[in-house]
Amino acid sequence: MSWTKKDLLGLEYLTQEEIELILDTAESFKEVSTREIKKVPALRGKTAVNLFYEPSTRTRVSFEVAAKRLSADVINIASETSSVKKGETLIDTGKNIQALKADIIIMRHNCSGAANMLARALDISVVNAGDGWHEHPTQALLDIFTLKEKLGKIKGLNVAIVGDIAHSRVARSNIWGLTKLGANVTLCAPEMLLPVGIELTGAKTSSNIDDVLKNADAVNVLRMQFERDEDAAFPEQLDYFKKFGITEERLAKAKKGIVVMHPGPINRGIEMSSGIATEKTR
Amino acid sequence: MSILIKNGRVIDPANKINAVMDVLIQNNKISKVAENINFSADTLIDARNKIVAPGIVDMHVHLREPGREDKETVASATAAAAKGGVTTVLAMPNTNPAMDCVESLELLKEIISKSAKINVLTCGTITKERLGKELSDISGLKQSGACAISDDGCSVDNDVLMLDALKKAKLNKLLTICHSEDKKISGKGVINLGFNSTRLGLRGIPNASEYKRIQRDIELADKSGAAVHIAHVSCRESVEIIAQAKKKGIKVTCETAPHYFSLTQDALLEYDTNMKMNPPLRSKEDLAAIKQGLKDGIIDVIASDHAPHTENEKDIEFERAEFGVVGLETELSVSITELINKQILDWPELIRKFCLNPARILGLERGNLTVGRWADVVIIADQQAWVPNKQNLISKSKNSPFLGRSLNGQVDYTICNGAIVYQR
Repeated sequence: MSWTKKDLLGLEYLTQEEIELILDTAESFKEVSTREIKKVPALRGKTAVNLFYEPSTRTRVSFEVAAKRLSADVINIASETSSVKKGETLIDTGKNIQALKADIIIMRHNCSGAANMLARALDISVVNAGDGWHEHPTQALLDIFTLKEKLGKIKGLNVAIVGDIAHSRVARSNIWGLTKLGANVTLCAPEMLLPVGIELTGAKTSSNIDDVLKNADAVNVLRMQFERDEDAAFPEQLDYFKKFGITEERLAKAKKGIVVMHPGPINRGIEMSSGIATEKTR
Repeated sequence: MSILIKNGRVIDPANKINAVMDVLIQNNKISKVAENINFSADTLIDARNKIVAPGIVDMHVHLREPGREDKETVASATAAAAKGGVTTVLAMPNTNPAMDCVESLELLKEIISKSAKINVLTCGTITKERLGKELSDISGLKQSGACAISDDGCSVDNDVLMLDALKKAKLNKLLTICHSEDKKISGKGVINLGFNSTRLGLRGIPNASEYKRIQRDIELADKSGAAVHIAHVSCRESVEIIAQAKKKGIKVTCETAPHYFSLTQDALLEYDTNMKMNPPLRSKEDLAAIKQGLKDGIIDVIASDHAPHTENEKDIEFERAEFGVVGLETELSVSITELINKQILDWPELIRKFCLNPARILGLERGNLTVGRWADVVIIADQQAWVPNKQNLISKSKNSPFLGRSLNGQVDYTICNGAIVYQR
């Protein structure tokens, strides 16, 4: 099969085959990064614009590196230094970029649905690099790619996602991607951080981390975004660590060979102990 | 001046008429409703195969003037209303200035007298600047012609102040219209709370923010003996609570808007800001309860909650976009499509909810075709299909949730106070 979609907005919108196509394609490109000359001409002559309305290090640099290794011309726009500061609307900004004959806009935005809106307004491709609490498809694709590399497959795996599910776009994208590929997903969080109806995605929920870790082949630990939402109810940080933090003691009782992942940035001592955060493999 | 409307199917529940008849209008009043009227009128309208009904009384309309003439004006809204078959609107008071004093109301009345194409009734606020802190000049507003009070867009949170308002409204024989919403519960929510708010990553508004406040407003109505009208009912629990209150004899009436019986939260999956309103589009179960409430007579009125917003306020990120949709030009068509054609209501029942009931609730001698009354008449091609779009909507703002959807029923003529104010 070949890729037919204009945009990459979220894993909810992709089929199993489309997700597998991306993962397979990524595998062949991974080798490029190990060469002495880290460049292939796949996107030669194309222009990719990184349009970031939220601070980001990892995602922005990852996109820039990837686009450059594929030979695209890359332009970075951060909202603090652009006409966004002058009150330009998102759609106007997008249309201006389109008028410059850019081919792809890679956007990070703090509002859920911003990428969907931009994609609808433009003819050029939009890649969602994270929108509000909605989706962060490339982070989830990376997580799934890594899991597949470590464990050889996705289908039938027991994957736990622990932490602030309610406010996490990484969680949503991982849930959609993993369930579409046949993994059994369990979400583990205090009740206040499990959003309404989340089990309709096909994921199970639990509030007992130790039970979950006993069966999990992998655990994806989410960042507790205490800084993000002032009006949401959050547990006390220390209490959260006590009940849900990933520690050496907990992992000692977990399923053997469990893969521990974190999308970063890590709050050491809140969602996982400092030792675990540093440790490379178990 | 005389108009003779021949051979239409006349629907006038006030006079228990539902038959093919002629309607004669003379000197701006209904002069005769009968079969085979022979009269040489100035204007003859052939209404064969058409519905002839009283003009719609829409008791929930935001005209935006004074203050936001970029969104809508009295002139543009009343033209849109006439196109939709509406002959009387109640203007919501959340303008700038708000209708919280006689001076502001007089300013609005002057604008209305200069530019309104149909009847525009005024509504005062319950509290000054709708802040919920201090009561408006309720008796002054009444004397100046307001026929209801409402803080629409806000609810008066303070129980003591609301009770006081209801007592004053009762004393002044004014209806109180309640925007029943507990904002401590709805918070920063932008769509209905549920699986869709979860998958879209948007903050949710639970049904409780509506029905808990309705419960309170009804308790205060009971305590004060005042009549309250609950605006834009959107969910199942609200219908149940209002049904019980009516059974107990509490003076409560209510309305819903066409989008609550035609669209659900599933319309939001593309983040379409024209589907964003408050209260939000709810679940399938809520929609079914609204339809049942209309059928059972629990919901008395259909009103548009016409809320125009500019493209600048809608073509932006979903959570930043304004709440509200336009509805004057589509309310009748949506109701024909969803209620008549799906056999939820028959024509006399629909006309009750659009005309007779709102007129009675507001104490008007309109909403009927009684001989001697002002001639407010609408002639409807009830199965004429059309698709609303940004070109054929004449309201200044185009934020309709029905853009691109096929609807049945178009207005051929709207006659207001005996004059043709719209002709297709």
